[in-house]
Amino acid sequence: MIWSRHNTSSPLRADATLARVTGSLAMAVAVLLGLVILLLIRESWGMLVDGGWVRFFDSEGWYPQRGQFDLLPMLWATLAASLGALLIALPLGMMSAVFSRFYAPGWMVSSLRRVMMLLAGIPSVVYGLWGLTVLVPLIAQWEPPGASLLAAILILALMVLPTVALTSEAALAAVSPASLQGAAALGLSRKGIVLGVALPEARAGIMTGALLAALRALGETMAVLMVAGNVVQTPGSVFDSVRVLTANIALEMPYAIGDHRAALFATGLMLMLIVTLLSWLAGRREELAHV
Amino acid sequence: MLLTEADVKNMKLTIKIAATLCITVLTLGSSFADTQKLVLTGSSTVAPLALEIGKRFEQRNPGIRVDVQSGGSTRGVNDARTGLADIGMASRALKPTESDLTSYRIAMDGIGIILHQDNPVQTLSDDQIREIYTGKISNWQAVGGEDRKITVVNKAEGRSTLELFLHHFQLNNPEIRAHVVIGDNQQGIKTVAGSVGAIGYVSIGTAEYEQTHGTPIRLLAMDGVAATVDIVRAGRFPLLRPLNLVIKGAPNALALRFITFAQSQAVDDLVTTQYFVPLAR
Repeated sequence: MIWSRHNTSSPLRADATLARVTGSLAMAVAVLLGLVILLLIRESWGMLVDGGWVRFFDSEGWYPQRGQFDLLPMLWATLAASLGALLIALPLGMMSAVFSRFYAPGWMVSSLRRVMMLLAGIPSVVYGLWGLTVLVPLIAQWEPPGASLLAAILILALMVLPTVALTSEAALAAVSPASLQGAAALGLSRKGIVLGVALPEARAGIMTGALLAALRALGETMAVLMVAGNVVQTPGSVFDSVRVLTANIALEMPYAIGDHRAALFATGLMLMLIVTLLSWLAGRREELAHV
Repeated sequence: MLLTEADVKNMKLTIKIAATLCITVLTLGSSFADTQKLVLTGSSTVAPLALEIGKRFEQRNPGIRVDVQSGGSTRGVNDARTGLADIGMASRALKPTESDLTSYRIAMDGIGIILHQDNPVQTLSDDQIREIYTGKISNWQAVGGEDRKITVVNKAEGRSTLELFLHHFQLNNPEIRAHVVIGDNQQGIKTVAGSVGAIGYVSIGTAEYEQTHGTPIRLLAMDGVAATVDIVRAGRFPLLRPLNLVIKGAPNALALRFITFAQSQAVDDLVTTQYFVPLAR
């Protein structure tokens, strides 16, 4: 790049005003995030103090009306569903990106991208409805009850696929033409160029896309609530019914009072911690990539 | 430019019209501000019925607005207690710990066991249902059906349907070995309709409606009593629940008027179209 990011020392007053306006708006967003976290802590405080937080990890299951608040099974279910979805969506998304970047004829590239964008724009409740009426009965024929970790993984994979495909494609598009032309000049096959030059150079961007997809999978609520079965248990197989952290909040919040309500806010706090950790990782990757 | 007399007249008229408009808007605005508002919160079972009753109440009493929000019987009781709502809605009788409130029954509802249409099992005893829900029976063969795994559908914690079910079968929630946990009636019906081996329990009114409209589910008889809206109307079904409006202390004039209206014959047709059962009078 020719221009520098830090070149903001313009003497113009308009610039100073714009800097102040945009700066304070950016600060407002940060403050809002802080307020959300503070609210989560305040509402769950009664359950966290005096060693109360231990109950989230050593209770005998999740029976809020009997004072049992074990969050661990839901934590494992959340991580398993997101990881499973990523394992399916990552190779598929990368392959779709490689295809549209290196193999697809011109007219197909734009229509493929449009399909991906449409896929990204479908509301999650529609995915959920489809999952509940089509996917779950299909799995139930194979291994009842059908509503299971597998159903959640498949729905989530479909939902994060566009994120992976679009970011991978952008990362591949950012590979310098010089590298590609150099590789072609050396007589490498197209396969050799893709595997040996393009993908390694785009790796950082693809990984960032994968982390973004993981964030979306972790936060997804409605679709998973409809297909995962929502039984609180540590999944032993992909056919087990599971409840994820987001679904726990959505399912029980309208009816919760007292400690039960505080425990649901604590559920939100735990989710927030995981998401923060992941975005921090994504940020670090990006910094490393730019060094 | 000089103004002619006609111009001046015209201008005066314009000012008059503008002033009238302003006053009309102001009066309308203030009459909206005068609107009395009645807030109802609580049971998601009662809410659709309360909404219909509220609409008719608004028609007959101009200037009154009825605001209905669902969120479960427990919320209805709580909001009535804290004054967040004028009237709470609860799809169960009040508990002993809730004796500071008064309840007014507006309709009855029955809870029925539903199976998939293709499941040949015709009847289940209370003991069999208890054993299915506690996981002691896990195949339909054990109760005279096909060789197929049973999928137990249970409700999420805090729902009044769950409490009524547990109370009737004398079960504790931790004893139940569920395969699917659902939120509302519709999710329960869709889950059972999508799985031949599933068993669940939902409001009979909703289930009967879905059954007659082609959803592949079947309501099961209990203790030899068929689960139909007519039977519930006769008060003969074993698993019944009252739909109540609850308030704290003496109701204010408006709330009392609404409750009297909701208990009157004038809303029987609304109760029936919601697949609940009107009060016996």
